[in-house]
Amino acid sequence: MPSAFEKAILSNLLEPKMKSELELLNLFDSYLLGELTAEEKVAFENYRSRYPEVEKQLSEHKRFVKGMEEYADRRKLNAELEAAHRNVDVAALKSQLQPESTRVISLFARYKIITAVAAAVALVTVFGTLFSTGYFSKTITNNYSALRRDINNIRRSQNALIKGINDLPAKTPVNPGEFGGTGFALSANGYIITNYHVVKDADSVYVQNSEGESFKVKQVYVNPAYDIAILQITDSVFKTLSALPYTFKKSGSDLGEDVYTIGFPRDDQVVNRGYVSSLTGYAGDTVAYQVDIAVNPGNSGGPLIDSKGNIIGIINAKQMQTEGAAFAIKSNYILESIGDIPQDSLDFKFTLNKKNSLSKLTRTDQIKKLKDYIFMVKVY
Amino acid sequence: MGYKNPFSVLIVNKERNNSVQTDSEVILGILNDSKLTLNQLYSSYFPMVLQLVLKNNGNEDDAKDIFQESVIVLYNKVKSGKFELNSKLKTFLYAVCHRLWLKHLHQKRRNVPSEFVDMEGLESVDEDIAEHEEKDARFKQMDLALNQLGEPCKTLIEDYYMQQRSMQEISEKFGYTNADNAKSQKYKCLQRLKKLFFQTY
Repeated sequence: MPSAFEKAILSNLLEPKMKSELELLNLFDSYLLGELTAEEKVAFENYRSRYPEVEKQLSEHKRFVKGMEEYADRRKLNAELEAAHRNVDVAALKSQLQPESTRVISLFARYKIITAVAAAVALVTVFGTLFSTGYFSKTITNNYSALRRDINNIRRSQNALIKGINDLPAKTPVNPGEFGGTGFALSANGYIITNYHVVKDADSVYVQNSEGESFKVKQVYVNPAYDIAILQITDSVFKTLSALPYTFKKSGSDLGEDVYTIGFPRDDQVVNRGYVSSLTGYAGDTVAYQVDIAVNPGNSGGPLIDSKGNIIGIINAKQMQTEGAAFAIKSNYILESIGDIPQDSLDFKFTLNKKNSLSKLTRTDQIKKLKDYIFMVKVY
Repeated sequence: MGYKNPFSVLIVNKERNNSVQTDSEVILGILNDSKLTLNQLYSSYFPMVLQLVLKNNGNEDDAKDIFQESVIVLYNKVKSGKFELNSKLKTFLYAVCHRLWLKHLHQKRRNVPSEFVDMEGLESVDEDIAEHEEKDARFKQMDLALNQLGEPCKTLIEDYYMQQRSMQEISEKFGYTNADNAKSQKYKCLQRLKKLFFQTY
């Protein structure tokens, strides 16, 4: 029932003046509750349409009232949920759901001490055995020697010799290099591969071909995990090589396969031959082959070539105190490394040779063709 | 105010206190604000959620919160007419709880068991949860505003706008001399409530 107060407002509804906020609110509430009579409703709707401001206020009020109703509904639902929750025996449900885990915990609690004692005994036994058999006294690394050549050592001994003969102050040779290794061409336009350990920590790196010409190179890619480094000749005097005669073998090699390598353990190329003696490297390393071949410091980074003239690996190390156990990184890791080089970091496009022109030649002819592609790597 | 839902006519006396309700019965029960339905929902699906939460670094209180929230999501969806009967109630609740619990774990920076995250193939309930979160924020806002409002305004507003009591009743309860007095009081209270609500919203 609208009060006298509201009736007074309603009688003024048709007059074109704004109502006070209190009057409006009461009108809105009555209107929304449907308490207005039919004629009051018509008058109110007239009034609404006349003042857009009032229309806006009404819709805001409506929204707020709806918000309050939603709040009330939610609170009611929350209360009902709480009531429903009280009907549920959570503890019983819980124990019913997790019988296994509680059993495991109690078992563990019971056998905790026995387990601890057993573990302690096992530890003592394992380490005691290892210690008594001398496992800890030898380190793995001193068994394994990377084959880079310490040129300084040789130089010093030579110098001493010369000094003894001439009794003159020795002149330091121009750029003898501190370390040396071997590298070979990956492509005709001056990419060369060698071992990472050869060029590691280098200030500058040069390569020298079989004619004795030196070229400056830069490292474009290293992969310490595979002990692979890829260099690029940046010297302007370098002329592009003729097409590579060899290819890289994608598949693995067989045990007993005849192989040879060309390297620079001295200042001249040296050829050594042998055979693949194991398909895994040092301590079962699957990245490398074990090769029964005589190699020396300076052979690191040299190609391991099979009788058909395919590169099957890179010589990188040999085992000390063991005869005929050298190691070579498998060629598929070379290919993998080449694939890893970000192509946009390269100055020239890198294309691998796919045609092998060595396969029908005898070994001596193969070596003649190969010698231009094998470089001595000099590290300063 | 206070809309009548069109289903209530159909389901008078539909409430029985035996046997498990089918999904469509539950939906009708929700629309009709049936307490029986709520209890049924609780006893049918709470164990499932309890197991889910307990298995994944939670305790029974977490399970209660998550389950109740999922029921609220369900109610919102059903009452807004968006729940389609072709999605199974159980799957829906499970998906909502899974999502809510994952969110909770992330917020608390607790370990999320890896197999828990991988439970793909659940229907996407992200939209429902987003809607729920919005509503939840408004609920908390209103709750805060009402509590800041203080008495007698709080009760007055609740009586009038939420319990739908008449102004006559209210002025008698609060001892106002007449309904007009009560109305001007209501006006002042509502203005203050709006101010509090929008201040922090």
